[in-house]
Amino acid sequence: MSTNVILEMRNITKTFPGVKALSDVSFSVEEGEIHALCGENGAGKSTLMKVLSGVYPYGTYDGEIYYNGQLKKFGSIKDTEEEGIIIIHQELALIPMLSIAENIFLGNEVAKGGVINWAEATRRTTELLAKVGLKENPSTLITNIGVGKQQLVEIAKALSKKVKLLILDEPTASLNESDSNALLDLLLEFKKQGLTSIIISHKLNEISRVADKITVLRDGATVETLDCHAEKISEARIIQGMVGRELSDRFPKRVSKVGETIFEVRNWTAYHPIHSDRKISNGINLNVKRGEVVGIAGLMGAGRTEFAMSVFGRSYGQKISGEVLINGKPADVSTVERAIKSGLAYVTEDRKQLGLVLINNVMHNNTLANHKGISRNFVIDEYTERKAANEYRDRLRIRTPSIYQDVVNLSGGNQQKVVLAKWLFANPDVLILDEPTRGIDVGAKYEIYSIVNDLVAAGKAVIFISSEMPELLGTCDRIYVMNEGAIVAEMPVAEASQENIMGAIMRSGEKV
Amino acid sequence: MNTPNEATQTAAPSLAVFLRQNMREYGILIALVVIMIFFQIITGGVLFRPVNLTNLVLQNSFVVIMALGMLLVIVAGHIDLSVGSIVAIIGAVAAVMMVNYKIDPWTTSLVCLILGGVIGAAQGYWIAYHHIPAFIVTLAGMLVFRGMTLWLLGGMNIGPFPAEFQKLSTGFLPDLVSLPELPLLGSLHSTSILLTLAIPALLVYLSWRSRKLNESHGIEVEPFAFFVTQNAVLVAVMVFLGYQLSTYKGFPNILVIMGVLIAFYTFVTTRTTIGRRIYALGGNEKATRLSGINTDRLSFYTFINMGVLAGFAGLIVAARLNSSTPKAGNGFELDVIAACFIGGASTTGGVGKITGAVVGAFIMGVLNNGMSIMGLGIDFQQMVKGLVLLAAVVFDLYNKQKS
Ligand SMILES: Nc1ncnc2c1ncn2[C@@H]1O[C@H](COP(=O)(O)OP(=O)(O)OP(=O)(O)O)[C@@H](O)[C@H]1O
Ligand SMILES: [Mg+2]
Repeated sequence: MSTNVILEMRNITKTFPGVKALSDVSFSVEEGEIHALCGENGAGKSTLMKVLSGVYPYGTYDGEIYYNGQLKKFGSIKDTEEEGIIIIHQELALIPMLSIAENIFLGNEVAKGGVINWAEATRRTTELLAKVGLKENPSTLITNIGVGKQQLVEIAKALSKKVKLLILDEPTASLNESDSNALLDLLLEFKKQGLTSIIISHKLNEISRVADKITVLRDGATVETLDCHAEKISEARIIQGMVGRELSDRFPKRVSKVGETIFEVRNWTAYHPIHSDRKISNGINLNVKRGEVVGIAGLMGAGRTEFAMSVFGRSYGQKISGEVLINGKPADVSTVERAIKSGLAYVTEDRKQLGLVLINNVMHNNTLANHKGISRNFVIDEYTERKAANEYRDRLRIRTPSIYQDVVNLSGGNQQKVVLAKWLFANPDVLILDEPTRGIDVGAKYEIYSIVNDLVAAGKAVIFISSEMPELLGTCDRIYVMNEGAIVAEMPVAEASQENIMGAIMRSGEKV
Repeated sequence: MNTPNEATQTAAPSLAVFLRQNMREYGILIALVVIMIFFQIITGGVLFRPVNLTNLVLQNSFVVIMALGMLLVIVAGHIDLSVGSIVAIIGAVAAVMMVNYKIDPWTTSLVCLILGGVIGAAQGYWIAYHHIPAFIVTLAGMLVFRGMTLWLLGGMNIGPFPAEFQKLSTGFLPDLVSLPELPLLGSLHSTSILLTLAIPALLVYLSWRSRKLNESHGIEVEPFAFFVTQNAVLVAVMVFLGYQLSTYKGFPNILVIMGVLIAFYTFVTTRTTIGRRIYALGGNEKATRLSGINTDRLSFYTFINMGVLAGFAGLIVAARLNSSTPKAGNGFELDVIAACFIGGASTTGGVGKITGAVVGAFIMGVLNNGMSIMGLGIDFQQMVKGLVLLAAVVFDLYNKQKS
């Protein structure tokens, strides 16, 4: 073993009831490098990292972990943290109602005899925040800062624990481009100071940018490790390793056949649910035609989710005013039930909180929004239900041992597919997708775009909210640009470009 | 391309795997059996005597019936502490109506059930539509309705009731034909022995049919040996208990009502959209609401339902004691809630089964009954029941960690 290999995982096998998540995986990381882990949804990336970080303790998996050349038998996260192995999970684990400082030192308090030294904690927090480049007061509550900043707090927390090997599971999945870039720059900066990191991401451009090595997993096994310094690794090359074939196009082709207007929102205004004088949607006018995919571009926090949710059964905000027309006639969308009846569906961006009943199985989640479709006189026909769930599982290639698996046990990307399946089964005329490809692998993204194409080909309409501009440019017919709760530009896709969209956002910002 | 769906094959799981997966459900059933056998031995065979079995049913019916409603409340993510006080106030109202105003038992019962529903609605309104924690609202209800009972009864017992009303909890099924004394079997209650044979037969037929149907749809079924054993044990136990009851006065009316209610609520929770929605609501309220389900109304309904069942229990208790007392139903909420948690319901909502709650209620009942026969005081009884509750929840935790 060369001296600078900091971590070596040998022949790791991990099984869950009915699922072999990892089989005979070997993986090694050299000191001071950024090592990327790639693979499709459910390939076993998160599981491998949970094995490494002691979430699954020694004895619950087969194989060996060598850290700094020594065989380690980690019994818990505490053990790995003592060795400087810190993991930041796919789902952030900060406590919303505690302050930044409290979160950073949670479980690790600056205390003597159980009494916390707040002055010292605050001083150290300020230091740590400076290191990660976050300009926030240590006493600010987590709930009051955006996800991008929360991610930085997680990193500051890791730094506070004397991190030597930092593991980041999809850290940029819910960040916008500039926040992502800031985070990646930070990683590069830390690398210069000698920190080793492992990063999992489905954003291949980011990986190409920062990774020294890339290990590809497929179906719970290592496919290959690519050295980015030995050769130039293209995104296509990574994809090939991930899916085992070449994916020539990122976006499926579509011939658009746009018909008459099916859905229209007029003068939509809504206020923040707590701060009743703060407008979250400001006089929005928007329409979609049959057979059309309309994008809503904007930065994180532009108010797109809030707008969509306020339309969909007034699920967000207060003092809502405005009009919704479906097929030219005023429609009642004042409750979710009525919105669904009018033909709307909204696929949330927050799958865990708003999209899924995690402790229920795949089938029950799949049919939750359309009980009419599986029952008669309130009595569920289990065969109809089962058939539907199996159909969607196959169609969306949801990776699960069976439709009776609880959704909580699925990988992040596959959970996302279940949310989508739920709303497709509700058979809406107008589907609002809110960041539907977040945390989803390239292959699955392609499938989701294909489904969007199928829907509009069948005369339905899709509203596509996304922070990834290439995605909007690749799938939409028309794009609205939103900033600070208002539509600031509208353009056919032929005239749209990243520069155009950013320009529109900047100009609107100046005016205010 | 890989085939992520290969695990769909309908290969029957091995017995060991199957048992492990269903550990919780069988665990609790086995616990009940073990407890029963334990008391059977320690009481020198008194527990399974026909008279005592009959008593066991009579003493427990109201706990079982309230556990059905409580399970829905708990699965929906709430709790109801007021059920003991509802039992008391309904009993008091029934007494005042029948004894003081001479209103007939049928009208009285109907009014009382409706009143139970109204009480449930009054509490459910604050919980469901104003999102005040159920713990607080029903704690308030517990005090309010207990106080109202005291006031209504003026601190006294009111009774006795018309014979017709007492039949609710002391009556037995009519003996249709009087059977002659049989060799070995003794003299049997005809209707009851008929049901003793017919009901298990029906259950076996239904489960066999559903197994066949599942198989024909390619759905995984439990191992055949297991299916046979399970049904054989079930039939044996039911026939034994039914036979014991038949040698005495036959099936109590309340047993039949209880059976019908258990079947009804099992059906509602497992096969209907309403049941499905209650589980979803308890699992994640926000996601359920965003799926177009009126979660507030659903919570509201579970409390109305609880109120009606608690009202019904109030009638049974009054009929059983043949008088209404200010202390009626004292502490019942604890037995009922404990029954649900022993039966595997989760404190955070979304998890729990009717059958579990029923078995849980019987565990509590057998403990009460067995320890009373042994002559243990109420002090000991409470300690034991508390520890059993704790043990059941610890067992759950252990099970969850292992998987
Ligand atoms: N607790 C669990 N119980 C059962 N199966 C599980 C559990 N955790 C993970 N799995 C299964 O293990 C496999 C690998 O999951 P993992 O979360 O590691 O995937 P991933 O590569 O991180 O995917 P994603 O990109 O979607 O996050 C999946 O098939 C998943 O369903
Ligand atoms: Mg993952």
